[in-house]
Amino acid sequence: MPNLSDLKSRIASVKSTRKITKAMQMVASAKLRRAQDAAQAGRPYAERFNSVMTGLASSVGTSEGGPRLLTGTGSDQIQLLVVMTAERGLCGGFNSNIVKLARVAATKLIAEGKRVKILTVGKKGRESLKREFGDALLDHVDLSDVKRVGYDHAEKIAKNVLSRFNDNEFDVAKIYFSEFGSIINQVPTELQVIPAKFDSAVDVGEVYDYEPSEEGILADLLPRAVATQIFTALLENAASEQGARMSAMDNATRNAGEMIDKLTIQYNRSRQAKITNELIEIISGAEAL
Amino acid sequence: MADEMNFDLVSPERSIASFMATEVQLPGSEGDMTAMPNHAPILTTLRPGILSVSGADGTTEYVVTGGFAEVKPDGVTVLAERATNKSSFTQEDMDILVGDVKALLDLSDETTKDSVNKTYNDALVLAGTLGLSVA
Repeated sequence: MPNLSDLKSRIASVKSTRKITKAMQMVASAKLRRAQDAAQAGRPYAERFNSVMTGLASSVGTSEGGPRLLTGTGSDQIQLLVVMTAERGLCGGFNSNIVKLARVAATKLIAEGKRVKILTVGKKGRESLKREFGDALLDHVDLSDVKRVGYDHAEKIAKNVLSRFNDNEFDVAKIYFSEFGSIINQVPTELQVIPAKFDSAVDVGEVYDYEPSEEGILADLLPRAVATQIFTALLENAASEQGARMSAMDNATRNAGEMIDKLTIQYNRSRQAKITNELIEIISGAEAL
Repeated sequence: MADEMNFDLVSPERSIASFMATEVQLPGSEGDMTAMPNHAPILTTLRPGILSVSGADGTTEYVVTGGFAEVKPDGVTVLAERATNKSSFTQEDMDILVGDVKALLDLSDETTKDSVNKTYNDALVLAGTLGLSVA
C-alpha cells in the first residue's frame, strides 16, 4: 500500500496538471473564436473568387495552349506536397492526422514510381516527416512567430510554390491541411492546386463580358487562385488546430478529474485502514494487560 | 431600386465595405470605367489605382493595388488583395506595392513582361496622383 504522504503529493500534482490543461483549454477556446471569425471573414472572398474562376476555367477549357497553371505540364511525374501543420503540439491528433494523410499519399506515389518533393509549413509536420522523407524535403516555411495568419503569409508560400513551378521543379502540387468541421471534427484534406482544378459542374449563371480577354484574366488570376487556396487552408488549419487543442485539453482536464477522484478514494481508504490498524493495536494491547 | 446597387469591397482577410452605391469608378487594367445600376455583366482585372464610389453619403475613395471586379446589373463586387481608404494609404503601403511589382518584374518572362511593366507604370502613376515617392 502506497504511503499517505506519497498519495497526497500525487493528488497535488494531478491537481496542478488539471489547472494547466484547464487554462490551455480556455486559451484555445478564445483563440478558436478568433480563428473562426477570421475564417468567416475570409469566406466571401474565397467564394466569389472560386465562382469566378470556375466560370472562367470552364469557358476557356483545358484546351492546348491554355495557361500552364490550368492545363499542367502534361506530366505528373514529380509531385510537390505542401504539408501544412501547426507550430505547436498538444492538440490531439491534429498534426499527426495531416502528416498521416500526406505520408500515405507520398508512399503511394513513390510506389507508383513518381518523385515526391515536400514543402512543409509549420514545425510539427517537418519534425515528423524528416525521418522518413528527409531527402524529399525541399523547404520549410516557419510561422512560429506569427500570431495571426494573414494573406501576406499565404502569398509568400504561394510565391515560393509558383517560382518552383516556373523553374519546372514539379508537375503537380497538392496541399494538405485540416478542414474545420467542428470542435470535435477536423477533417484532414488533400487539395490539388496546380494544375488548378475547378468544379465544372457548377452553374455559371450569368454570361460576362471580359476585359481583357478571358485568357488574359485567367492568366492573371490563376497565381492568385493558388494564394487564395493556400490562405483558405491556413485559416481552416488555424481554426482546426485550436478546435483540436480545445477538445484534447477538455479530455485531459476530465481525465485529471477522474484520476483525482480515484486517488482521493485510495487516500481515504488507506487513511481509514491506518486508523483501524492503530485502533486494533491499542485494543489488543489493552486486552493483553 | 433602379438608381442604387450593391457595392462590395472584399479583401482575402475581410470584407472592407458593403453599402448601396449609385456609381462606381473602377481602375480597370485596360482603362477606367464607371459602373452604374443595370450595367451589363462584365468582369475586369484592376490595375493599381483609385476606386471611387458614390453613394448616399457622398463619395468614398479607396486605393486598390490590383485584383478584379465583377459588375452585374444589381451590383459591383471588387475583390482586391489590398485595399485601403485613400486617406490612410501611406508611403509604407506604396513601398510594399512597388516592391511587389519589382519582384514580379524580375520573375517575368517574355510573355508576361509587357503586362508587368504596365502594372509598374500604373503604380508610378498612382504614386504621382497620391503625391508619394517611389523608392
